[in-house]
Amino acid sequence: MKLFKQSLIAVAVAGTLAAGAVQAQISDNLIKIGVLTDMSSLYTDLAGAGSVLAAKMAVEDSGIEKRGIKVEIISSDHQNKPDVGSAIARQWYDTDKVDVIVDVPNSGVALAVNQITKDKGKAFLASGPASSDLTGKACSPNTVHWTYDTWMLANGTGSAIVKTGGDTWFFLTSDYAFGHALERDTEAVVLKDGGKVLGKVRHPLNTQDFSSFLLQAQASKAKIIGLANAGGDTTNSIKQASEFGIVKGGQNLAGLLVFLTDVHSLGLPIAQGLIMTNTFYWDQNDASRAFAKRFAPQDKGIHPTMIHAGVYASVLHYLKAVEALKSDDGTKVVAKMKEMPTDDPLFGKGSIRVDGRKIHPAYLVEVKKPAESKGPWDYYKVRTTIPAEQAFRPLKDGGCPLVK
Amino acid sequence: MQALFGQLLIGLINGAFYAMLSLGLAVIFGLLNIINFAHGAQYMMGAFCAWFLLTKVGIGYWWALLITPIAVGAIGLLIERTMLARLYKLDHLYGLLLTFGLALIIQGVFRNEFGSSGLPYQIPAELAGGINLGFMYLPKYRAWVIVASLIVCLSTWYVIERTKLGSYLRAATENPALVQAFGINVPRMVTLTYGFGVGLAALAGVMAAPIYQVNPLMGADLIIVVFAVVVIGGMGSIMGAILTGFSLGIVEGLTKYLYPEASNTVIFVVMVIVLLIRPSGLFGREH
Amino acid sequence: MATPDAGAAMQPNSEASRMLIATGIMAALLAAAPFLGVYPVFLMKALCFALFACAFNLLLGFGGLLSFGHAMFLGTAGYVCAYSAKSWGFPPELAIALGTAASALLGVVVGALAIRRQGIYFAMITLAIAQMIYFFYLQTPFTHGEDGIQGIPRGKLFGLFDLSHQLTIYYFVLAVFLAGFLLIYRVVHSPFGQVLKAIRENEPRAISLGYDADRYKLLAFVLSATLAGLAGALKAIVFQLASLTDVHWTMSGEVVLMVLLGGMGTIFGPVVGAFVIIALESYLAPFGQWVTVITGVIFVVCVLAFRRGVVGELAAWWKARGG
Repeated sequence: MKLFKQSLIAVAVAGTLAAGAVQAQISDNLIKIGVLTDMSSLYTDLAGAGSVLAAKMAVEDSGIEKRGIKVEIISSDHQNKPDVGSAIARQWYDTDKVDVIVDVPNSGVALAVNQITKDKGKAFLASGPASSDLTGKACSPNTVHWTYDTWMLANGTGSAIVKTGGDTWFFLTSDYAFGHALERDTEAVVLKDGGKVLGKVRHPLNTQDFSSFLLQAQASKAKIIGLANAGGDTTNSIKQASEFGIVKGGQNLAGLLVFLTDVHSLGLPIAQGLIMTNTFYWDQNDASRAFAKRFAPQDKGIHPTMIHAGVYASVLHYLKAVEALKSDDGTKVVAKMKEMPTDDPLFGKGSIRVDGRKIHPAYLVEVKKPAESKGPWDYYKVRTTIPAEQAFRPLKDGGCPLVK
Repeated sequence: MQALFGQLLIGLINGAFYAMLSLGLAVIFGLLNIINFAHGAQYMMGAFCAWFLLTKVGIGYWWALLITPIAVGAIGLLIERTMLARLYKLDHLYGLLLTFGLALIIQGVFRNEFGSSGLPYQIPAELAGGINLGFMYLPKYRAWVIVASLIVCLSTWYVIERTKLGSYLRAATENPALVQAFGINVPRMVTLTYGFGVGLAALAGVMAAPIYQVNPLMGADLIIVVFAVVVIGGMGSIMGAILTGFSLGIVEGLTKYLYPEASNTVIFVVMVIVLLIRPSGLFGREH
Repeated sequence: MATPDAGAAMQPNSEASRMLIATGIMAALLAAAPFLGVYPVFLMKALCFALFACAFNLLLGFGGLLSFGHAMFLGTAGYVCAYSAKSWGFPPELAIALGTAASALLGVVVGALAIRRQGIYFAMITLAIAQMIYFFYLQTPFTHGEDGIQGIPRGKLFGLFDLSHQLTIYYFVLAVFLAGFLLIYRVVHSPFGQVLKAIRENEPRAISLGYDADRYKLLAFVLSATLAGLAGALKAIVFQLASLTDVHWTMSGEVVLMVLLGGMGTIFGPVVGAFVIIALESYLAPFGQWVTVITGVIFVVCVLAFRRGVVGELAAWWKARGG
């Protein structure tokens, strides 16, 4: 019966809002944030419980509850499956009165949530997924894409590496849509900047043994071996590359999608020399260090990855917009978020474009040698900074219908 | 041509892993008629045990090779005594379902506890580095894998097929009542055999720890491939499993060189073909 | 494998009418459920899986054949239906029909290959073929790999009923489920069903009586595949999504669990099993990490102590009471 009553209220509220409510109001006097993340498979450490924590910290730091607006955070595990994720999103919007969904570190799930959020007029702060389609052909007035995307990764890493001398490439690609997209985008950048692609090999998803592929990479004598894969495939290929003496033999590995937690699980002796692009590193400045100091003890010692930072920053900005508007109507709040420039301790000053893309600088980082590191989690040195305007795909190139 | 040799050698190394894993499975099925779907999870437990011994107790690789199979094998003994023993009177497929459920539990618990990014385990210092063979750079550890696997496989085969203990075991599978009448404790032999098979899986896990990431799901997709190997080799045959393991590693290596996208499926294609032509597998006997 | 009560083979009228009454009650409960406050999307998911489980039970419980690759039928129909609805603009009824037909065809091919073998070998062949199909779907562009086919339009059924309304699509799904359920019921209690049970009990004897065992088994396999396909195509329209999860081998394992838990070889068992498992997964979603473990525990408990499943145990208890 409780569910029935809740559905009645939900219908009544939805009806009121949909009928073009006279004055903007916060539904049920409560902002309900749903952190939809991966708590049981590949991305547990780089997102997972840490994302929920980041959202909580954002709510605390915004001070919004002291000013009379109540906020509640719930979370769930999409297990990296689009059907599980979309079912949870539907139920959250339909019966649990969630106003905004956050995180979603999986592009397949994110695309589904993106569609459902648009259909129901809520808000989606996509701080976890990679697909650049979220601000391209699938762009929506209800979605903000924070942190990173495949275009930025490909261009950031590819371009910066070629410009610093890594001009011959060999690709080790995961044989599915995401891997292909990453390889295609990076190859385009490498060629545009005057580099050459000497070869590529596609490996099946979730491969245990990369020895034969690494052998081919070695034989190509390319200066850079681009890893267009993710998760376990990336860590396995890096580990085995070390075993086969690839880095010692003078070739460098470029990780096209690598997170701080991946480096941690590999250990510096194996991961040293790896080059990648991130948009946040906990040891960059005082503000990020202060954040990490609060974050790590509450997340089993894990230091914040850029995904965690994205959750924090997007929730903070969302709450600012809600407070300014005095409404949690998804479409209106996202519009307000695009109107207001962003400013948070982790990404600094930035803005959100009309296609939903959040702009901020990106950093090309290299993994330190063991001797250079002062302790656990001290893993990166920043090689170059890519300014915000160059880091992300130009507005006109995305094919987003919202861009006129 | 040189590249091809390199790939074949790599294939042989992978085959060594398949052989060791399918050996344990073949022993358990061939002798006990139990379909041990938990084999992948037990392999994973072996790798984790090695990691645990190294990081928490300070015991290194060489001792882990000895301790781990015994420790995980003991867990196998427990599983057999408390759960599998009740299912012998029933259809074999219940054993499959039970071990499938156990695999889910073991993998789930480990994943909840240790996350899924994986844990580091270094190659032991004595086996680090490699040899330049000209056509490829062969890491010493990989060469060790081939040697160790051959030793383990051949000695197991010898014990089962050529010694008195092995013959008791084989007889007990054919006719437990008769063998029991001769005074041999059949249930205990069955239990120990299951434990031995599990120990083999764990041993493979320790050997895998330095080169594959130690993570809770490392056995999950592997188990199906290993089953395919055993089925192709013939479910009653120990030598069949060993030979098929090595050969399939080579076939897979060739596929990775010629048409890498298919390297995951080639084993299944072979399995379907073999089963259609020789229903009991290449070296199997009718059950 | 558990055997249903031999008395059912005789089909006295009281047995048949009891079944029909039970079916009627089930249908009535399901029809009223949305008004009793149950979330319709949850119900639709459970109904699709119940149909899948019933189809699987036809093969396992009544045919005695354990297929470890049934996900390939669920997923194939889902993808074909999804693609035809989204890229070719097919109306829902045509898309679903096309998806189901695709699974039926696949069932014929796989069945022809697998039927020749027994027991564990049959299971392994179905698993191997299912793995190959999984990798095929992983790589072909039309499925969009890990992302799946998204944003499938629900459309208008027969041009009349707008399926984007929750209640409309719910009753459509319920109707299809009941149709499939009744079809299975009729098949099981028909001469064909009797021969199938005879083959399961003692194949050599059935053959000596002149029945072409392979043909009966193949027919059962294809029927099971077709209905599994119907469930998959339906699911794609309801969730507007077709993804790799539906062709992964863990999905094949899940349907085995539903049937095992509910009661193999009973008519209502798979329905109960499906509802229980889906409810459990929904309830445990916030604790996603524990879903696998609990699933495993249920497997183990069922195999060790609860082999007749919920419905099986209930039936036995009822019988013991002298009912």
